[in-house]
Amino acid sequence: MGMTMMEKILARKAGLARVSAGDTVVCDVDMTVMIDLQFTTSWVQPLKINDPDKVAVIMDHAVPAPNVHDAIGGTHARAFARDFQIEKFYDVGRHGICHQVIAENGLARPGEILACTDSHTCAGGAYNTAARGLGPAEVYSILCTGKTWFQAAPTIRYEFTGTKPAAVSGKDFFLYIAGTYGDATNHNLEYGGTGLVSIPMNDRRTIATQGAEISADFSTFPIDQVARDFLAEHGAPPDSYEAADPDSDATYAAVRTVDLSSLEPYVARPGTVSHNSLPVSAIQKRPVNQCFIGSCANGQLEDLKIAADIVRGHTVAPGVRLLITPASQEVYKDAMRAGYLQDLADAGAVITNSTCGACFGYHMGLLAPGEVCLTSSTRNFTGRMGSPDAEIYMASPATVAASALTGHVTDPRGELS
Amino acid sequence: MDTLITGRVWVVGDSVTTDAMYPAFAMKLPVPEAARHIFYELRPGWTDQVQPGDIVVAGRNFGLGSSRPVAALFRELGIAALIAEEFNSLFLRNCINHGLPALTIPRATEAFTDGDTARLDFAEGWAENTTSGTRLDGSALPPLVLDILAAGGILPKLAREGYIPAPAAHPR
Ligand code: SF4
Repeated sequence: MGMTMMEKILARKAGLARVSAGDTVVCDVDMTVMIDLQFTTSWVQPLKINDPDKVAVIMDHAVPAPNVHDAIGGTHARAFARDFQIEKFYDVGRHGICHQVIAENGLARPGEILACTDSHTCAGGAYNTAARGLGPAEVYSILCTGKTWFQAAPTIRYEFTGTKPAAVSGKDFFLYIAGTYGDATNHNLEYGGTGLVSIPMNDRRTIATQGAEISADFSTFPIDQVARDFLAEHGAPPDSYEAADPDSDATYAAVRTVDLSSLEPYVARPGTVSHNSLPVSAIQKRPVNQCFIGSCANGQLEDLKIAADIVRGHTVAPGVRLLITPASQEVYKDAMRAGYLQDLADAGAVITNSTCGACFGYHMGLLAPGEVCLTSSTRNFTGRMGSPDAEIYMASPATVAASALTGHVTDPRGELS
Repeated sequence: MDTLITGRVWVVGDSVTTDAMYPAFAMKLPVPEAARHIFYELRPGWTDQVQPGDIVVAGRNFGLGSSRPVAALFRELGIAALIAEEFNSLFLRNCINHGLPALTIPRATEAFTDGDTARLDFAEGWAENTTSGTRLDGSALPPLVLDILAAGGILPKLAREGYIPAPAAHPR
């Protein structure tokens, strides 16, 4: 009996010949990523750590500091990076949302384990990494010891067939999956199939990131030529890693086939994505107050390009706010050079600093009671982006951009054709 | 370690998220104040009624959401244990790492109502409603997890192993 991608990685990192669903194993962790929130007032500097080369510190959730509490976190983070000689320190100015910075710098490597203090760390699964979010206390423990435990979960496999339609993106695939199959609590997600070649790396990362929304443990993709090329451009040449491919006789809790060519734009209704997404045609005409394109999932350069292509030469509808948050300082600079930010600002969008701020309703772009937001970010829980009496719908950057122009939920296919 | 716990229960439903327990605005507050906002929207006023030693019983997919340390807030209120029909794994790990026993018991929300008394053993993996007499079996926690709970959470364990100064290992 063979192993799934995740079982292979866990077995390798636990020094075991095989791992099956249900096994509890102790694994070496290859990369530990700490975020700014970890360093706020209750931070205690450790006496010793496992290996400074296996640690990255990324300032993202609350930068530049919106209050003294977070400013103190910055002081702690800088002292920690200095005292332990952490070279992978992404301080304000070379910062970005952690999952974007992880991708840009090749910190998530095929067949390895990455731990980070953010629930959407499963994003790294786009690069065949066993990446998952863990609480601050556990990440602290891994920082010290270099190890943690996992209980191998059963795996659900998605086989993509067909070819991705032009105006449909990774967010739409995910919303289709979440809307159709619901939660995957205590399961791993594994993606593959002949259709994968038509899904670019940015969309793979959106899909992997969103696994957290259906409560999955890990969500991983295989390494194909598209992924190899991306990794080579980001500091991980093919001879520097050993990817984990699933065995042909691996055991799955379910195998589900998705024909990409049949998919269309989807929108999740407020509260959850689970069993709560519909084709955009079913929600069209819902008026919106705020449109948000950003976050680790959909503030990538490709997302900003799609948005710029849609709004170029048009104006955001009266009474609508369009907020754009590039996923990192690198994305910000690239989008500026390419003219996307100019196009977006000319149309009436507000371009913000790269941060988690609006995505988790912490320090900007908050919603008032009764308002409706259409977001391309990761999470549409009640109260996530401000008042619990606001409604958060979720869609792709294309749908959000098209809707900002009309003032109501709009199918982007008219705009993109 | 004593793995037997008895307490008064509070019952909540399915898919209670971390944002419903630890809203973003509370993340700017010290833990004792943040703890006053658990279930701020779901059950306003709950934190005034809850007593140290109480137990929270939840439905499926309990703790879906982010890595924010909700368990530290439950500990702050003195919650003795959580029971759920199903836990999100990140949330479950956070509970254990903060020394808060978290026990998976299928159909638990059907067996309990607010104010009942629960008795549970998280090493043996069962819970009983002593008010109604119903006993339910669930999953025992693995030995490795029991070790973390026995230490009072992961930070006290690290302090004992010499990674952090001992007085700093306050369980939050
Ligand atoms: S952008 Fe949102 S989902 Fe992504 S890491 Fe930041 S807060 Fe989390």
